[in-house]
Amino acid sequence: MIRIAGLRKAFAGTPVLDGVDASVEEGKIVALLGASGSGKSTLLRCLNGLETFDSGTLEVAGFKLAPGVHDARLLQAVRGKVGMVFQEFHLFSHLSVLDNVTLAPRIVRGTPRGEAEARARELLAQVGLAERADAMPRQLSGGQKQRVAIARALAQGVRVLLLDEPTSALDPELREEVREVLRRVARGAHDNAGSGLTILLVTHEHALARELADEIWTLEAGKIARKTQRDR
Amino acid sequence: MRAWALFCFALLWFQPGIALGDWATVHAHAELGWGGDLQGGEPYVYESPTQPGVIVGFEVDIAEALSRELGVRAKFHQNDWSNLIPSLERGDFDIILNGLEDTKARRTRLHLSRPYFVYGETLAVRPGSALHTLDDLSGHRIGTLNQTVAQELLLAHHADAVLYEGQQEPYLDLLHGRTDGVLLDHVIADRYGCALPELHCLAQDLARGTYVIGIRPSDGELWTKVDGALARLIDSGELRAILERWKLWEPRQDELSARGKAVPVPPAVPVAVVKQRLTASQIGLFIQGALLTILISVCAFGLALPLGMTLAVVRSHAGPVARFFATAYVELFRGTPVLLQLYVLYYGLSSFIRLGPIVAAILGLGMNYAAYEAEVHRGALAALPRGQAEAAGSLGLSRLQVLWHVLLPQSVRIALPALTNDFVALLKDSSLVSVITVVELTKRMTIVAVETRDWVVPGLLCASLYFAMSFPLSRLSLWLERRYQSS
Repeated sequence: MIRIAGLRKAFAGTPVLDGVDASVEEGKIVALLGASGSGKSTLLRCLNGLETFDSGTLEVAGFKLAPGVHDARLLQAVRGKVGMVFQEFHLFSHLSVLDNVTLAPRIVRGTPRGEAEARARELLAQVGLAERADAMPRQLSGGQKQRVAIARALAQGVRVLLLDEPTSALDPELREEVREVLRRVARGAHDNAGSGLTILLVTHEHALARELADEIWTLEAGKIARKTQRDR
Repeated sequence: MRAWALFCFALLWFQPGIALGDWATVHAHAELGWGGDLQGGEPYVYESPTQPGVIVGFEVDIAEALSRELGVRAKFHQNDWSNLIPSLERGDFDIILNGLEDTKARRTRLHLSRPYFVYGETLAVRPGSALHTLDDLSGHRIGTLNQTVAQELLLAHHADAVLYEGQQEPYLDLLHGRTDGVLLDHVIADRYGCALPELHCLAQDLARGTYVIGIRPSDGELWTKVDGALARLIDSGELRAILERWKLWEPRQDELSARGKAVPVPPAVPVAVVKQRLTASQIGLFIQGALLTILISVCAFGLALPLGMTLAVVRSHAGPVARFFATAYVELFRGTPVLLQLYVLYYGLSSFIRLGPIVAAILGLGMNYAAYEAEVHRGALAALPRGQAEAAGSLGLSRLQVLWHVLLPQSVRIALPALTNDFVALLKDSSLVSVITVVELTKRMTIVAVETRDWVVPGLLCASLYFAMSFPLSRLSLWLERRYQSS
């Protein structure tokens, strides 16, 4: 599902990714650990095309990305299959919870409103927010916002879900509700192994990584220093 | 800060050049202040094209000859022509000597000297026009100057009088088909209209009248002295020599001595300025002016908003060439006065594109305000967290979709208080369009003020109408600000 070979990326001459080689099978969950600045988030952003890279090859959900600026249509296709959840949620403040989740299916995929809303309500029920569909983002707690962001990323029926430190911006007492949603999503991925969701999780929470992931990569100075398989 | 305020106050208090009036003062200062408008142009009073800063004209020569007769110096005071009488009454100068026509209304308001010039009302039309008499003008758009006898004649004959402040503009508009004719004194018509090959002036005068010198009713002695001096200029042939020098002496001037008696203000009229009450029809015209102000402001803002938003999007999201043009637009329209833009749009471009005054007003204000709204929108777009565009992009939305569905709906909310504020400013700036013949609220106020000889009541009425329009908008702006700040 994901194949990375010799991936390099530098910011203003300073290498951030310095030859990353790795691959992830479909339906697997990989946790990325590493100190701040080790290149975890940059690697994730390269996979979604939010960041370009300087050299190497990258294959995700069947799409090949080349170094340099990506074609807009290719990017749109990739992003239809690769969802992203940000540390700071980035919900659209002018849209209700339901509209946040249905925006991309309606606008990008042209899904009829009724169908998109029905799917969105299912996803919101999965993240435990069925009752808050009509709320505005400002009326939600941080944990609730992040759960909406997860539902939004899943709404297009993505094959790969990229999670960039989804619990870091939350107060400790709110983290558990997001962890619980992540467990549920991970269980769904594992139940459908071979055809299900592939997840890459960037986190500082070692316990969460050990609990959810099939494999843990530790990044150091722009390279994967260790890969640890987990028996499930 | 307090010292600064005191300085400003002192500056206001000690306005230079305020004449105290009457002969005793003129004599004591050895200076006769005379009011006129340089915009009246050649041959009345205008700045010499060869000697910058020196004013010339047949009225300059008359003023100097009069002053010599009186044994004082002549001092010119520049004043907007249509407000010469209120300024004289305020005491800004001692006499009006600038194409002031002898009318019944002015006879009840001022002491008038004997005439120094006989004019004919000349009608200029486009070739083939069927307009030949005053009665023919009924229902037609006829250009003239504000506060003139020609304007009164047009009103009396039910013509649609289009009012100008300058002499050349009425003929330009006639040339471009915006009006059906121009009725003005032959001096103006000969110089600015009849010489144009595309226009035709009727040979016979539609009416005849005289230019006189106006003096405050309280300055009886000054009036006697000035009129006496003028009589001596006429008798000695000096006036004729001046008019001949300016190529203004022609058969009409033979009537000068026949028409020539000074006219004092009737004794029944109190010396103080007589104010007239506002009539119902004048109030109706005020409301009409306010409605026109609203129409122009709403349409201009309706143009400025989308144009400004487009410019902002181009400046923040497009390629370098488009960005250059959008930036150039904003800098050009912000960097030059809106008044100049209105002149260029209405008169300057009229050989290429013939816009009606209201359309030109809407376009001019709209295009000018678009430059300001562009900056408001650009600031609002820049204020959005970068993550919003990233998150929308990560969902697969195209750049245009990100803008339309995610960024603009949020930036408009941020910009709303500033936009509402700008609309209030536009409402008031719309008074500038009177320079292109639109009689909106402020222009209506100045016309009525001169008619009623009172600036207080029309001024208050005008202010309260503006306030009634802008106050709810200011409250709306505050409410929007609070609402979106809280979210």
